[in-house]
Amino acid sequence: MEIFGVPTQALFGQLLIGLINGSFYALLSLGLAVIFGLLNIINFTHGAQYMMGAFCAYFLFTKLGIGYWWALATAPLAVGLVGMIIERLMLARLYKLDHLYGLLLTFGLALIIQGLFRNEYGTSGIPYAMPQELSGGRNLGFMFLPNYRAWVIVASIVMCLATWFVIERTQLGSYLRAATENPALVQAFGINVPRMITLTYGFGVALAAFAGVMAAPIYQVNPLMGADLIIVVFAVVVIGGMGSIMGSIVTGFALGLIEGLTKVFYPEASNTVIFIIMAIVLMIKPAGLFGTQR
Amino acid sequence: MFSKRSLFAAVSLAFAASHAQAQISDGIVKIGVLSDMSSLYSDIAGSGSTVAARMAVEDFGAARKGMKVEILSADHLNKPDVGSSIARQWYDVDKVDVIVDVPTSSIALAINQITREKGRAFLVSGAATSDLTGKACSPNTIHWTYDTWMLANGTGNAIVKTGGDTWYFITADYAFGLALERDTEAVVLKNGGKVLGKVRHPLNAQDFSSFLLQAQASKAKIVGLANAGGDTTNAIKQAAEFGIVKGGQSLAGMLVFISDIHGLGLDKAQGLIFTETFYWDLNDQTRAFAKRFAAANSGKYPTMVQAGVYSTITHYLKAVEAGKTDDGTKVIAKMKELPTDDPLFGKGTVRADGRKLHPAYLVEVKKPSESKGPYDYYKIRATIPADQAFRPMSEGGCPLVK
Repeated sequence: MEIFGVPTQALFGQLLIGLINGSFYALLSLGLAVIFGLLNIINFTHGAQYMMGAFCAYFLFTKLGIGYWWALATAPLAVGLVGMIIERLMLARLYKLDHLYGLLLTFGLALIIQGLFRNEYGTSGIPYAMPQELSGGRNLGFMFLPNYRAWVIVASIVMCLATWFVIERTQLGSYLRAATENPALVQAFGINVPRMITLTYGFGVALAAFAGVMAAPIYQVNPLMGADLIIVVFAVVVIGGMGSIMGSIVTGFALGLIEGLTKVFYPEASNTVIFIIMAIVLMIKPAGLFGTQR
Repeated sequence: MFSKRSLFAAVSLAFAASHAQAQISDGIVKIGVLSDMSSLYSDIAGSGSTVAARMAVEDFGAARKGMKVEILSADHLNKPDVGSSIARQWYDVDKVDVIVDVPTSSIALAINQITREKGRAFLVSGAATSDLTGKACSPNTIHWTYDTWMLANGTGNAIVKTGGDTWYFITADYAFGLALERDTEAVVLKNGGKVLGKVRHPLNAQDFSSFLLQAQASKAKIVGLANAGGDTTNAIKQAAEFGIVKGGQSLAGMLVFISDIHGLGLDKAQGLIFTETFYWDLNDQTRAFAKRFAAANSGKYPTMVQAGVYSTITHYLKAVEAGKTDDGTKVIAKMKELPTDDPLFGKGTVRADGRKLHPAYLVEVKKPSESKGPYDYYKIRATIPADQAFRPMSEGGCPLVK
């Protein structure tokens, strides 16, 4: 059977691949959405923090002999900590100002961080080995699915849903959301709002680093890996609706699928299709698919 | 989305020369190294090309000879519009006499045109498209290090002749990838092989799984990677993940550099076969150069592009000295007239269509067990003599030699 000249089997394969890429989009846009939704900061350092996650895994392995699984747990903590320091020392001073200042600061930081890594490690990238347990793959009949990619999908979905649950369904999440609406009032109830904001930023950054560790065995660990991805991820966030948690998860996966299909039917457009969709969505629903006008 | 301004790092060499040189414009030979300083090709060329340029000027002994030489460098960000505007500014405002390197074929083709309009000189090391000495050839341009025809001829021939007769191309969707695919396809067909399909990906694509899956489905024996730099390394790495090689298909990296192998690691890269025109471990002179170069380039060994920058500037300065002028058109003519000789590429010539001739090497990447350490990566499988390595002038369609 064929659809538009493409065998259905091949199509299934491509859809699955799209889902894998969508997993990364979802993880990264989720972090951005958390940070924007709760801090009103457009975190352009996100790509650099994703890259730092991958490098952190590489350092843990080469300097300390710590393997993939521990890196998956510790690298996000380490990078998240660096994020919290950045928030305390720099971002905290900008909350009263226009969004643009936060954007400029984080964009500048991203350029500096990427520049430093590039000077040190060049752009050819560094190899990072796949964990033994997940190497190899299985034949699904319509495609060969590497085990690691299957793991990426599962881990990403679990992580995304857990984050959504914490923010939308728990008491902690309700504090966070309340602090966004009216920080003074929440503070009056005895909750340390600045600390909560710092931790939230740290968490958003840790999500980026988590995605970075996940990406390390697939792509070369490369100082520019985040720079290439961040623009696409921003488009995902804009399409989903700035700050909408569920919006960013659903759009992340959906756009991965659409991009996957483009790679089959018109590969030349595969890096522009997301921006075309963004333009269309902005024309019809300026707040994004899942966003609400504030 | 955001405009990064190109960064200028002016390196001034050779200071006071006591006498003015009448034929040298404003008394200074200005060399502009225009390269990808920050993105996927910056390890292939980038700041290493500037290091090579500086070494060439030092080794030529410009200061000793009383010749003032200045090196500028800039980042073209792999964008033809950025590259063109830097070139125009260099020629019009900064009085640059010669532009060197320029990886990314689309930009090189644009600067080829601008250089011709302005009557300056353009020495290409980083760009690959064979059109620079074909239909786009110019009396102001020399294409030095390698080109797509040479890669296709070296690697394509070797692979088809050892049984790799059905191909699927994964091609970078711009001037370079298309030229490389075209030239390789011609070699495959000429040798009785078949091309089963091709897919074009955007420059600097991170994820190749989709394209690899299409290549896998084609059942072609050879998956030809008509791309370079980060695109090639990511494709090779992900091909291993999807079991392309285990499934009986072979990868042919049509353009691979030593920096790519270093980045991939030998366990992923072993067994790859491709063509280069320079390897640091060829003889005592290349080894000595590589050691000096690495010391100045944070430990990274020279790629053929960087070696080519050294070689082409050496010959350029010789021609300026011999012709006593830095007028672009005249120097290029002089460069074609003089035989070339340098420690890296040995003796050679520059053809009337602007093609520099030297031997090419078909190399195979060593197994991890065969390598003595970092950068000990290649076994030379065959040497293709200079007169066979490049496209015959009669087949290029260069209007200058018709």
